[in-house]
Amino acid sequence: MIHSSVSADVIDPAAVLARVGSPRDGAILLFLGVVRDHADGRPVSGMRYEAYREMAEPVLAEIAGEAAARVGTDRLAVVHRFGELAVGEVSVAIAVSSPHRAEAYDASRYVIEEIKKRLPIWKKERYVDGPDQWVEGVVPPRATEARR
Amino acid sequence: MPLLVNALFFASYKDVVGTGRLSVELTEGATVADLIESLRARGAPYDRLPAEPAVAVNRAYASFDEPLGPDDEVAFIPPVAGG
Repeated sequence: MIHSSVSADVIDPAAVLARVGSPRDGAILLFLGVVRDHADGRPVSGMRYEAYREMAEPVLAEIAGEAAARVGTDRLAVVHRFGELAVGEVSVAIAVSSPHRAEAYDASRYVIEEIKKRLPIWKKERYVDGPDQWVEGVVPPRATEARR
Repeated sequence: MPLLVNALFFASYKDVVGTGRLSVELTEGATVADLIESLRARGAPYDRLPAEPAVAVNRAYASFDEPLGPDDEVAFIPPVAGG
């Protein structure tokens, strides 16, 4: 089962991990993105994630589907959180299982890299020593021609 | 016939325009590019939006020449920073 969701709920890594795995898989991989306590040498107290949820959900599902198809597994789960997060809290969790480790690493890496490129989510850093700032992001790829 | 679309602004763009949602009247046949131009032509604060922002129409990334239809949801997408 491929699972993806964008939610304000606290992420439980064990629950994400429990969505993957099968008797034919010899590798189970869990990636967690976590809020860190510094950015460019400045102390950070937390992060506010804003999501265009109605679009982020289908985009994340699309990314998960692509990653799974790429390595031929259907055991992949990804959850992205939004809202106010403190240092140490999980912002994204990706679990994949596959018969061998290479596919799991490949799919997991693909999901996080594509999230960075095109998932409509933004984050504002809360600095200990100054006003909050939106984290500089990545310009998403533009559709090249009209779809209708 | 006037064409009404819903423009959405997120994150830094929302800070710039001071609202997350705006109903915009365009002329029939208008494209994404026409919407951007019409907003920026209003002057401050809309002229502080970039001339070529990433845009999604009805929740999918769109090109500037995409034609808009009644009640389309047109989101202005600042550079993304998920993860």
